[in-house]
Amino acid sequence: MTMPLDLSTSLVESLAHTRLRDCYQCGKCSAGCPAAERMDLLPNQLIRLVQLGRVEKALRAEAIWECVSCMTCTSRCPKAVDCAGVLDALRQLAAQHGLVPASQHRTLVFQQAFLDNIRRNGRLAELELVGHFKTKAFLGDLNLPLLMKDAFLAPKLLKRGKLHLLPGKVKDRAVVERIFQRCQEPTNGVP
Amino acid sequence: MEIGYYPGCALHGSSADYEMSVRACLGALGVSLRELDDWICCGATAAHCLNHKLAVALPARNLALAERDGLKDLLAPCPMCSMELLKADRAMARDPALRRKMAEIVELPIAGKTRVCNLIQVLYEVGLQRIAEQAQVRLETFKPACYYGCLLTRPADVLRFDDAEQPRSMENLLTALGAQPVDWNYRTECCGAGMTMANETTVLELSHKILSNAAAHGANCLVVACPMCHVNLDMKQADIERRFGMAHGMMVYYLSDLVGLALGLDQATLGINRHFVVRK
Repeated sequence: MTMPLDLSTSLVESLAHTRLRDCYQCGKCSAGCPAAERMDLLPNQLIRLVQLGRVEKALRAEAIWECVSCMTCTSRCPKAVDCAGVLDALRQLAAQHGLVPASQHRTLVFQQAFLDNIRRNGRLAELELVGHFKTKAFLGDLNLPLLMKDAFLAPKLLKRGKLHLLPGKVKDRAVVERIFQRCQEPTNGVP
Repeated sequence: MEIGYYPGCALHGSSADYEMSVRACLGALGVSLRELDDWICCGATAAHCLNHKLAVALPARNLALAERDGLKDLLAPCPMCSMELLKADRAMARDPALRRKMAEIVELPIAGKTRVCNLIQVLYEVGLQRIAEQAQVRLETFKPACYYGCLLTRPADVLRFDDAEQPRSMENLLTALGAQPVDWNYRTECCGAGMTMANETTVLELSHKILSNAAAHGANCLVVACPMCHVNLDMKQADIERRFGMAHGMMVYYLSDLVGLALGLDQATLGINRHFVVRK
């Protein structure tokens, strides 16, 4: 079996560079959150769980993947808690520890495909990203309509000069690879 | 005036029309753009979601390249890019140890001398009065809903631009050019941003609310200064209409489109004919 997880309030605080213990649960973050109605746990509830040391429950929440990173919570917090930063930290830990709910795998797969793409090219190659994301997502959920969706978008984008079959690559891609290697986080159980 | 230019991935990809528009509009105002040599992606949402170190390092590399090339001002017309650049800059300014570590990671010194700015700031530096004097067309038929979205003003302490809750910079600029911006409620609400591929439902629902509210307040077009906002509100508009069973038919302009039209540039030069929603 897996090792017990070493997940503490302090770990989340250090990743997010914010004192989430300052939160006094006014709920302003959740009140202004555009994704709140799609969340199983609200932003202030996620923060409360972390305050109480129940980090693993927060990491398993669907809510952290429904967040659209709009920064409204962070901008409005009366205690200057970087709530969006806390959700970033929770996403990173959830991905590292393989705790992402199956219903949210598409979002994780997309973000991972995005990073892999930059690692290879230095800049985003959109067509390649769409191909990799759709293939990986399909292998995960076998959702054929989602695989085929947008298939007719490509010619429309091409016509408008919005699709580049051979996108410009960074000259010094070796340095991009070295930057990625130096930023590599320890992983265990990444799906 | 020449300033540094960080296009970011979107402007060299699916938002090529935004780059055309920015270059044409600023060019007409005598601002030439010097593209940052060998720039790399800022990491966007993917980096800050999955790897907080990379989320600083990728923008830091670009800031270091700008310094190496002596670019004091760096225009990033994509608010995601400009926010990531500013966030990394501030994180390093607050933490000298992080600055040293990042310099090692990105293999270049980073003194923190680059001033990152958005499109609206560059237009204000040219000056409202000068733009109005140079204008050849009054934008009288335009009743735009100015849409700021998220990252032009948020997080406020990182961006330090306009008012995060009640921004007015786009309204003031377009009013000076004869347009009649409307008052409406969704100016700083999120359109779903980069979730277009991964979580389309959220994007369609949020963007539908924005389009509906703009129309309900008498707007005849939307104005944005963000490539992701444009993708969600323009390119996805047909999907939104299908999902909610109603026609919006709302033109979505980049801010530089409207300023460019006022300056007498034509639609093709500004790339307006490349949008998905076009005036019939």
